[in-house]
Formats: sequence, structure tokens, C-alpha cells
Amino acid sequence: MSSIEIKNVSKSYGGVHANTNISMSIPSGKITGLIGPNGSGKTTLFNSVVGYHPIDSGSIQFKGKEISKLRVQEIARLGMLRTFQQTRIYSKMDCVRNMLISIPHRTMQWHEMLKPFTPELTEKAEHLLEFVGLYQKRHLISGDLSFGQQKLLEFAMALMNDPEILLLDEPTAGINPTLINGLIDRLLRANSEFGITLFVIEHNMRVIMNLAESIYCLAHGEMLAHGTSDEIQNDKRVIDAYLGAH
Amino acid sequence: MKKETMLQLGILIFGVIAPMLIPSLSFQISILWLMILFALTWDMMGGQMGYNSLGNIAFFGFGMYICAGVQVGLYYDLAEYTSPFTTINATFTPDQYYTGLFLGIIAAAVGCVFIALILSTFLFGLRGPYFAIGTLGVALAAGELIGAWEYIGAGSGISIPVHPGEAGEKTQLFYYLTLFAMIGTFLFVKWLYGTRWGLAMNAIRDDEEKAEAMGIHTYRYKSMTWAFSAFFLGISGALFGNMTGFIEPLEVAFPTVTFGIFMVAMALLGGKGTLWGPVLGATLFHVVKEVTWTYLLGWQWVALGLLIVLNVVFFQEGIMGWMARKWPERFGLSVDSHMSRSKQSEEAS
Repeated sequence: MSSIEIKNVSKSYGGVHANTNISMSIPSGKITGLIGPNGSGKTTLFNSVVGYHPIDSGSIQFKGKEISKLRVQEIARLGMLRTFQQTRIYSKMDCVRNMLISIPHRTMQWHEMLKPFTPELTEKAEHLLEFVGLYQKRHLISGDLSFGQQKLLEFAMALMNDPEILLLDEPTAGINPTLINGLIDRLLRANSEFGITLFVIEHNMRVIMNLAESIYCLAHGEMLAHGTSDEIQNDKRVIDAYLGAH
Repeated sequence: MKKETMLQLGILIFGVIAPMLIPSLSFQISILWLMILFALTWDMMGGQMGYNSLGNIAFFGFGMYICAGVQVGLYYDLAEYTSPFTTINATFTPDQYYTGLFLGIIAAAVGCVFIALILSTFLFGLRGPYFAIGTLGVALAAGELIGAWEYIGAGSGISIPVHPGEAGEKTQLFYYLTLFAMIGTFLFVKWLYGTRWGLAMNAIRDDEEKAEAMGIHTYRYKSMTWAFSAFFLGISGALFGNMTGFIEPLEVAFPTVTFGIFMVAMALLGGKGTLWGPVLGATLFHVVKEVTWTYLLGWQWVALGLLIVLNVVFFQEGIMGWMARKWPERFGLSVDSHMSRSKQSEEAS
């Protein structure tokens, strides 16, 4: 069963065709990768899916429901979350508070907004911070953490929201190479233990080959190739696109 | 007993007995309570939610006019009462006075909530400095529009019904009403900052786009938070109008360049985005202002300006922010020595 179904999506900025007739299907419960050279339209596609900007044509469905006309918050409340390429956290609050406010807002009623946070939520926040290795620093102001740690915090915040699907925009960019293996492991566990569908943009080939079962490759805003990691690795068009022969 | 509880109790006791100890200063101290209320309500928007409103003073003015309108309008025809050629020799019995005042204050608070919700629909399309200028425009326009509205006295204003008792009684009555309004505001924001709502406001301040991406109902929080602050500002306007006895649009009801700027300066001085910062800032600011008005007359605005300049150049984070940076542990900002929740023998290396 597919979680996200993208059909013939096009998006251009002025004269630049960022996405042309893109179609893809993200299977539920799996990890799907999206690769492509710089400027190939990966982040534009992400932004279209999460409702950040309207698309020019085509259709995007989430669990069978058309979402291409919905706004960012409405899509997030359906259970589809994204993380940002330039990490975004609430930089003046400590880590625990960053986590607490990331609880699901799907069913939030007025009177619930005026309630304090329960000890159970704090416990859940601490568990997840431990999961990403930030437990010790949980009472520090998040803006003072290193870039890599902020990235881990953003990932933990996304998990706190209990999403059905998580769109990760370059989760390992800027992270210390020795920490990357740990992050890959955590992404795999988020998928297998928490049952979260992952859709990942990644530049690091080693990372994406280890993570994703199915990989899409974009180039110049168009779909270049689709296949398993082995197929993609040996696809001449993909290699050409990355080496600039295209 | 916790230090904070003792501090609150100390302020409460001082507040209650002050008019008996130093009756000559009652009026000045009741202005201090209003100043604290201003700083607290401004900080809800500017400090906690990151929306620097320069027009919050508009609710002070609206509250003042709504209250006056109810106090007079209940018993006389408002247009005739405010007309320069009026033949009404208005008198109010104690019963009429207190009924009018009570209903007037309630109407001011509720009216300002509605005005805030209406203004929200177009002003929250603006962000950053544009929001600040947009709200400033609303406050200035409100003063001008009311100044042109004959029905409520236009530029010549409205005389507020005269308090039926002795002169000292009126000062005392409004002293305790302002104290009560300030305490109510303080307890409300203190409670609000401890809820999910408070954290959502902080999230909007730190990164509104992220908050949207996480599914937070940003518009709901923004508009209602503004409505909360308008509620208390409306009450403060209603009280201040009665304390001065005569209201007119530019100097009394919409003093954008004095009270309107003071509320920002006080919150910045004490430390915006904190609970006690606005209280501390307002107190310090008011004391400096009153002392310079008494002893440095002629130079009072220079002294006040200097205080603001020193604040924004050297202590941008305000007194509370500076303290949090100097003693982070006292504000709970510390590294835990335990590596994990299970708190076993492992220690941080």
C-alpha cells in the first residue's frame, strides 16, 4: 500500500522548471530514497508535498486523500512531518521544551491547550532524547548545541510528534562522519521499531544505499531513474548525472 | 517557603498596606501597578511570542472609551452629553455610579477582546518589523478617528462621571482596583506560561515556520494571545480614564509616544520573555521616571532616554536575561551528569 502517491507534478519558478511531470509512489512502512545532483529539484518536490507552496499541475495524495491544496499545518496534522535541510529548532528553549511542544497537534482541543504538560510526556521526551543521545544536554538552550546535535534534536522532535511518515531533507549533512553510522542505525530503528515510513533526500551515497530499499533519482527537474539500491548504483544515467556528463 | 512565593507575598502585603503607610503616594503607586500591567501584557506578545506590537496602547484607549461610553450612556444620551452646547447638568447617584463603573469595566475588557480578534484577521499577515509598524499605525489611526467622532465628543473628549464620595475615597478605590488588575494579570500570565499554550507561544517566537511545519495552530495562538493581552489592557484603560476624570483621544487615551513606548521599554529593561522581567523593568523604570521628574526637571526625558539607550546597547537581554547568562544553573540550564534516564553508575566523562 502506498503512503504518498505523486502523479505528474510540475512546479516552476518564473522560467525555471524545478519539477517536470514527476510521478512516484512512497510505500507505507518502508524507507524510500530521493537522490539527484544539486539543483535537481529534490527540495522543491519535498516542499510541494508538505504544502509549502502550491503546485502548477498534477496531484499529490496521502493515504488516498488529495493534499495538494492543503496548507502546511493541515498536512502536518494529518501525520506527515518534514525536517529541514537547514536545521530548524526552537533555539531559545531548552531541549526538553523543544520536545514537549512537538507533541501531536492533530486532535488538540482548546481546553487541552490550556493544560500543563503531564509527567508522562516529559518521560517520553526524555526517552527520545536518550534515543538520539542528547539526554545529558536536555536542559541546555538548544541554540547553544552544535549543528550536529541540533540535527539530532530535530529528528527527536519529529519522533515526538508520532508521525506516520517522515520526510527527511539531508539528515546527515553537516554531521560528523563518526556519528553518521549511529544516525543510520537510529533512522532504521525509527522505521522498524516505531513503524514510521521514511522518505529521505540524501547526498551521501553510502548512507542512502544502506537505508533505502527503493530509490528515485532526479536530474534537471525530471525523473531520471527508479530502482533498488543495486540497480541505481549501476545505472549509467545516474552515474553520468552525478559526474556531470548529462 | 520558596523565594518566589515570598517575593509575591511581599509585593502583595506592600500593595495592600502602602496607601495607609504613604497615602500621599497612593496615586503614584497605582500608576506603578498599571505600568507593571502594561509591561506584562506587552511581553506576552513581544517577549513570549516574538510579535513586537507598538500598538498595544490602542486597547488602553479603546477600553477607556468603551468604559466611559457605558458609564454615561446608561443614564444619558451620549451625543447630547458630549456636545459642547449641552444643556445636561449630569449627576450620578452612588448607585448609578457604581453600576456604570462595574458594567463599564466589563464592557471594556470584553470589547477589547473582540477588537483584538478583528484586528488579528489582517495584522497577523505581517511579520517582524512590518507587524510593529502595522500595529503602530492602528494605534495612531485609532486616536485620530476617535478624535474626529462627534458622537463621543471628538477632540474635546468626555468628562467621566464624578465619584460620589470624598476625594480621598476615590484615590483609594482606584488604588485597590489597579492593584487587583495587576495581580490578576500577573497570576494569569504566570499560569498561562506554565501550560502548553505558553510553550506554543515560545515556539512561534523562535521559529514560526517550524511551528507550522510541526502542525501547531499558529493563528489560533497568535490571535487569542493578543486578545488576552487586550482584555487586561482594556481594564487598565477603563481604570485610568476614571482616575484622570476627563478623557480625550490624543494625550490621555492613545498616548502612543509615552505609555505606548514605555510598555516596550519596560519589558526590554527587565528582560523580555521572562515572567519577572516586566515586573522588575516596570518598577525600575517608573521609579527612575518619577525621581527624575522630581529632581531633574527639564532633563527628565534625557535621563529616561539615556536609560533606554544603555539598555538596548549594553543589556539587550535585560536584567533577567543578563542574570540567566551569568548564573545559568540558577535558571535550570545545566548539563546532567547522568548519560541516560536509567541513572546507573555511569558518569559523564
